[in-house]
Amino acid sequence: MGKYSLMMGSEALVRGAIYAGIRFYAGYPITPATEVAEYMAQLLPRAGGIFVQTEDELAAINMAIGASVAKWKAMVATSGPGFSLMQEGIGHAINTEVPLLIVDVQRGGPSTGQPTMPSQQDVFQARYGSHGSYEIIVLSPGNVQELFYLTIDAVNLSEQYRTPVILLTEEITAHLWEKIYVPGPGEYPVLPHATPPTRGDEGFLLESQLHDERGYNVANDPELSAKALWRLIRKIRDNVDKISRIEVKYFDDEPSVFIASYGCSARSALAAVKMLRQDGYKVGFLRLITLWPFPENTIRNAVRGASTVVVPEMNSGYIVNEFRLLGLNVVSVPKLGGEMPMPEEVYSIVKGVLS
Amino acid sequence: MNPLIQNYLRSEYAQGKRRTIFCPGCGNGIILGYFVRAIDELKREDGFDDSKLYIVTGIGCSGNIPVPLKYNIIRALHGRALSVATGVKLVRPDSEVVVFAGDGDLLSIGGNHLIHTIRRNVGIKVILVNNMLYGMTGGQVAPTTPMEAITHTTPYGNPEPPLDACKLAVSLGATYVARWVVPLAKQCIQSIKELLLHRGFGLLECLSQCPVYQGRYVIGIDRPSKIMDYYLKITVVSDKPSYGDKITIGKFVDYERPTYEEIMWSIVNKAREGGNYEA
Repeated sequence: MGKYSLMMGSEALVRGAIYAGIRFYAGYPITPATEVAEYMAQLLPRAGGIFVQTEDELAAINMAIGASVAKWKAMVATSGPGFSLMQEGIGHAINTEVPLLIVDVQRGGPSTGQPTMPSQQDVFQARYGSHGSYEIIVLSPGNVQELFYLTIDAVNLSEQYRTPVILLTEEITAHLWEKIYVPGPGEYPVLPHATPPTRGDEGFLLESQLHDERGYNVANDPELSAKALWRLIRKIRDNVDKISRIEVKYFDDEPSVFIASYGCSARSALAAVKMLRQDGYKVGFLRLITLWPFPENTIRNAVRGASTVVVPEMNSGYIVNEFRLLGLNVVSVPKLGGEMPMPEEVYSIVKGVLS
Repeated sequence: MNPLIQNYLRSEYAQGKRRTIFCPGCGNGIILGYFVRAIDELKREDGFDDSKLYIVTGIGCSGNIPVPLKYNIIRALHGRALSVATGVKLVRPDSEVVVFAGDGDLLSIGGNHLIHTIRRNVGIKVILVNNMLYGMTGGQVAPTTPMEAITHTTPYGNPEPPLDACKLAVSLGATYVARWVVPLAKQCIQSIKELLLHRGFGLLECLSQCPVYQGRYVIGIDRPSKIMDYYLKITVVSDKPSYGDKITIGKFVDYERPTYEEIMWSIVNKAREGGNYEA
């Protein structure tokens, strides 16, 4: 039996991580992700785990990689500038197939930007931030309860696919207090931790360059390098429909317009849909739970029959391009400055589209 | 065949199907030989348990030294070997964690981690292979390159004074610091043995030859044996680190203080006394 509790998003994230079996945390203080570190420092040792405040974010992600390889599920949490510093480490974990949870509590950028204000400006950095060709899983929770569960899902996905998974939330959700249900032990599925395989009396070889199944460097062999890289890409790309999820509401009457959003912006989007419905407009609601890999097929099926998708988001218009690539007529509602898109704003834009 | 090859190398290397990437005359292969001999002697003399050995490497030629070995090996990003090694040591405090890194990796791009790893006294054993420049990328200036030396990125002479890794480590409170030079086999092997048995952070700097770049450009000698002779000429045994026209070699410090992993685990145990975590 679990229990109900009022908690801040950051605490829900930390408790979700500990529930998922995370026992190693390394991080550097940064607004607005500092609360995650503080709750971890408090709670993780009591769960038998280790918390380290590192000298910088480079040390944080690389220590987490070491801990994950050697024994324990590990994670890091940061925000914009720290997330940029961690990008090389993310690529390293992808290439060496190290399960890892990476949390980015988004603030406004670029550079030091807006430390205390929320944004969704890192959605492309989460997807494309590290160098080289790769695929990555990125989850976007919409409220504190979902922050708890998606943290566990992220850890499970990282173990199942042996790859780092990014949990992309925003200052708003991380600092929001909501009532959530915390499941009891064994109530929610948790996968065991995967460490690198050894062979006979020979230990593992974790090679940071492209390598074959034994770990040997194949970086100078075009054929073997391509094979190694395609395998890493395909293990995600070929499983998009298993990995990626969306939430769809108000679709039964086949609306011609959908409002599609994610994270905290989706709350305004849903409020706008409800207002429009109340005034007699047929408008559907779509929320991305998984941002990457982008769930093309699922979205295509969900908005079948719709002519237009309106996409409110707290950046200059990023995810809207993915909808455009699906051949849909899109209306971007970009919002910069640190305030959420208001339901009224979205309402009036959609009303303009419909008339 | 030397039985050490069969006992310590991965099958592909032992059977000659794979080779190391080192240039002829490089010091890296010699250091690999010292490392294997040190472990073998320790196993016979002290019953050293090498089953819990993790080796983490940086990027650069020296990062390839342990690859042929049967042990658990992590090839980390450039400069980050100490961070990865700290993660390993914290979650497996009973394991032996060795880092192989070059001078550019450890002192330049990874310099910050070196400072903090020593400050924390993480029980990691670092073998720093110093060839006085960046060898893998083709002979560029490093923090250890002598002033005025010609390299591919200092064609008019190095404008920067070199860094003494051992002096830095001693000043930060490292509990074992030694510097030897590749031609002194006995001292190198003995020092690796001391390093492996040491409790707490240990640094062994090994001056090594890179005939292709350091030999030809920095020193002006390309014969490996002559570079080793040159090394013996410019080094002098002392108990104090110094890195100038004369470079001092020897053991500079060897003492003990509480290690990071010991302190960390006592914190975990103390936190749990106040009651275990409840969901």
